[in-house]
Amino acid sequence: MTLRTTPFHPRTAALSEGQAWRRWAGYVVASSYELSHDREYHAIRNAAALFDVSPLYKYLITGRDAARVLDRIVTRNVATAKVGQVLYTPWCDSDGKQIDDGTISVLDERTYRMTSADPTLRWLHLNAAGLEVTIEEVSEHTAALSLQGPNARAILEAAGERDLSGLKYFRLAQAKIRNIPVTISRTGYTGDLGYEVWVDAAQALPLWDALIAAGTPYGITPAGMLALDVARIEAGLLLIEVDYFSSRHALIEAQKSSPLELGLGWTVATDKDGYNGHDALAAERQRGPAWQFTGLTVDWDSLERLYADVGLPPRLPSQAWRTSVPIYDRRAGRQVGYATSGGWSPLLKRYIALAHLESAFAKPGTAVRMEITVEHHRKQATAHVTQLPFFNPERKRS
Amino acid sequence: MATTYDAIIIGGGHNGLVTAAYLARAGKRVLVLERRPRVGGAAVTEEIFPGFKFSMFSYVVSLLRPEIIRDLDLPRHGLHILPLESTVTPMENGDYFAAWGDHDETRRELYRHSPRDAEAYDEYGRLMHFMAQAVKPILSMVPPDPTSFAPGDLAGMLRLGKHFRGLGGERLHALVKLMTMSSADFLDEWFETDVLKATKSASGIIGTFLGPRSPGTAYVLLHHYMGELDGVFRAWGFAKGGTGAVSEAIAAAARGFGAEIRCDAAVARVTVKGRATGVVLENGDELSARVVVSSLDPRRTFLELLEPDQLPPDFVADIRRFKFRGSSGKVNLALDSLPSFTCMPGIGRQHRGAFSISPSMAYVERAYDDAKYGEFSRRPYMDIVFPSMIDPGMAPPGKHVMSIFVQYAPYNLNGGWTDAKREAFGDAVVNTVEAFAPGFKEKILHRQVLTPADIERITGLTEGNIFAGELALHQLFFLRPAPGWAKFATPVRGYYQCGSGTHPGGGIMGASGRLAALRILRDGI
Repeated sequence: MTLRTTPFHPRTAALSEGQAWRRWAGYVVASSYELSHDREYHAIRNAAALFDVSPLYKYLITGRDAARVLDRIVTRNVATAKVGQVLYTPWCDSDGKQIDDGTISVLDERTYRMTSADPTLRWLHLNAAGLEVTIEEVSEHTAALSLQGPNARAILEAAGERDLSGLKYFRLAQAKIRNIPVTISRTGYTGDLGYEVWVDAAQALPLWDALIAAGTPYGITPAGMLALDVARIEAGLLLIEVDYFSSRHALIEAQKSSPLELGLGWTVATDKDGYNGHDALAAERQRGPAWQFTGLTVDWDSLERLYADVGLPPRLPSQAWRTSVPIYDRRAGRQVGYATSGGWSPLLKRYIALAHLESAFAKPGTAVRMEITVEHHRKQATAHVTQLPFFNPERKRS
Repeated sequence: MATTYDAIIIGGGHNGLVTAAYLARAGKRVLVLERRPRVGGAAVTEEIFPGFKFSMFSYVVSLLRPEIIRDLDLPRHGLHILPLESTVTPMENGDYFAAWGDHDETRRELYRHSPRDAEAYDEYGRLMHFMAQAVKPILSMVPPDPTSFAPGDLAGMLRLGKHFRGLGGERLHALVKLMTMSSADFLDEWFETDVLKATKSASGIIGTFLGPRSPGTAYVLLHHYMGELDGVFRAWGFAKGGTGAVSEAIAAAARGFGAEIRCDAAVARVTVKGRATGVVLENGDELSARVVVSSLDPRRTFLELLEPDQLPPDFVADIRRFKFRGSSGKVNLALDSLPSFTCMPGIGRQHRGAFSISPSMAYVERAYDDAKYGEFSRRPYMDIVFPSMIDPGMAPPGKHVMSIFVQYAPYNLNGGWTDAKREAFGDAVVNTVEAFAPGFKEKILHRQVLTPADIERITGLTEGNIFAGELALHQLFFLRPAPGWAKFATPVRGYYQCGSGTHPGGGIMGASGRLAALRILRDGI
């Protein structure tokens, strides 16, 4: 039994110069198409990058009680969402610990599409007991592309022959691209102007070809997960199993996090109750979360000194890293947290990281120390707590 | 007079703007005066033909100092540097030499030409890395005067001495060779592949009135290598929006710190009453300031903005001797579609990097021969890029812009530059490209030809020298622009210099502007 390929594989495989693939939800997707992910990264911020995001788990929830089911599960208020709206939301267990995060698209009054990083079918069914609702997994039937970057709108407008300026951030529209019916949502995982295009898997290849054809004059660039990883760190967007553990997979309590600890307090509704984790989250909000998920910027001078001590110019990670790195209090040297993702931002020209810090150390501007290995020796570089996102261009919402 | 500024900066080129930003950051009241309707000097992006944007003069960012990017937080003000990864050199026999972004790929390509060179390439790269590392601290150092016994100068010389002794014998010897040899001779010590040497040597002649076989060009080779030292930081490449976007980002940072920038404000002269007290604009307005800083080249800074009797005669003589000798031109083209080169047919990734028209060492040297005797090169050396392939915003969708840096085009052309000569020069450039890419000429929608005379007229750079003074060994470090006056101060109290005509000068680097600002702040305003 081998891993599955996505409906776009005939196209993406042909582009792969270095045969660099990565696993995602049982599929393989490109790490990068070119030998280095550099240009693919810059396409996100400079033109438009095209990602195959088909491996996402996708569910259709339909029926009279569809919103009710979802409102039991997720922390955001689904009932008050309008048709055409997309919600980003986490969902929790009854202790208020995060299970997963994803999006809910309101396709019509009784039809919702939910995406998740982990399989969620069982959890949906458990929560739907006794309610009038149909739950269908459409992961394999629905292919998805994400088009991200400043030229994304122009490309979709050219491909779909329609004006998209009215499509607001986290809204969706039904459209046709070269006669292929698609759903376009103004969503993404890069913190930039961007869209995701949802299509019947049978139409995946013609859609890919149409977007490439329309996008070439605008610099469309197929891009892989390495490029995406840098962009999502700049955007301060967290990644399950990297920045937090699903409470379903955690082996000990300490591995669990609540949305309040993950900087997702804004997604935890206070205008509804009865959802999974509500009471625990309300109590946690009251006493204040023990942890905060925040940005860190490593001080260049400090980094340069550490390397100068051994006679080297500063070395920077060439890819985003996803390992746990200890963070220490600047004075006492006590560990006060850990970074879970980080890397060099080629755009911002900063060494940035995402970190979990004890709340007392999480105020923006607080100086801490991050462990850096310099020539096999563990050193500490000064870093400053930085508000997320690191990069938040106006075009994202405009 | 209504207001007194702490500092007035003459010229809104990138160095002037850097000085302004650093002074404003320190809380000073700063005014920048720019003669043209827009800031940037030689780092400007202009829409010469509707929908097509050109980095009119300077077209790549190679040496912009990382500390400036950080100190001024230029990315927040819109600076986005995009990678420019390959160089393809078409050869006259229809073959090519290509250096790609991927190391293995380049090595394999070089192996095709010479297995021996493929190995030497790595060693050479390592040596140049050490050389650049050795010279780099000098870039951020105020040049000490070796003849002075002032404590600061002595300490500086001592630091410098220690630094060079610390290199060890082998590297010090290599450095001295680099400082004294021609790039041709230096490269001959390493490689046998002619097209490789020709392409490498080309970076040793840029902006100088020298050929690859002229001594001193090896240093310029190194100067251009220095950008690569910041490898991981990646301060070199193509600026999104063209080089004008670099200037705009610095200007935005300066404004953010409170600096005032006035365009269409040409300065006629500096007012001196025992010390510099302000400036008089060409429209007659007088403005006063505690210090005046010129970012113009040394000739304009001293011989045009001041009266000769305001300066010591020796100094005036030194400045008069300072060499400019502009030797390069620029051809900017709007294209209907991309040209296909015979050596590598089709449209592809090669168009995202540079094409170097330097097919052989003899070709480049012959191009210089023409210039030596006062003619533009009939078959010039060219560095070609297609900015719209890197930033699609530079041209309408599907269309392209092509930037051709051309050498040689001597400022002192026999008979002088005329409109007819300019067009003849443009024809020589276009016809040379056509020879390597047949059918190219039919794709041209618009052509802008810039001779050194045009560069001088538009940017004010004397004799059209792109470095505001030739990067020749006798005009560097503590000799730039004149012995004894390399530390940004001038013989006139309260009058400073901050342009590329001061140490270290050259390229969109900003180091001169920064060092000048630090010097001014240390002196106190």
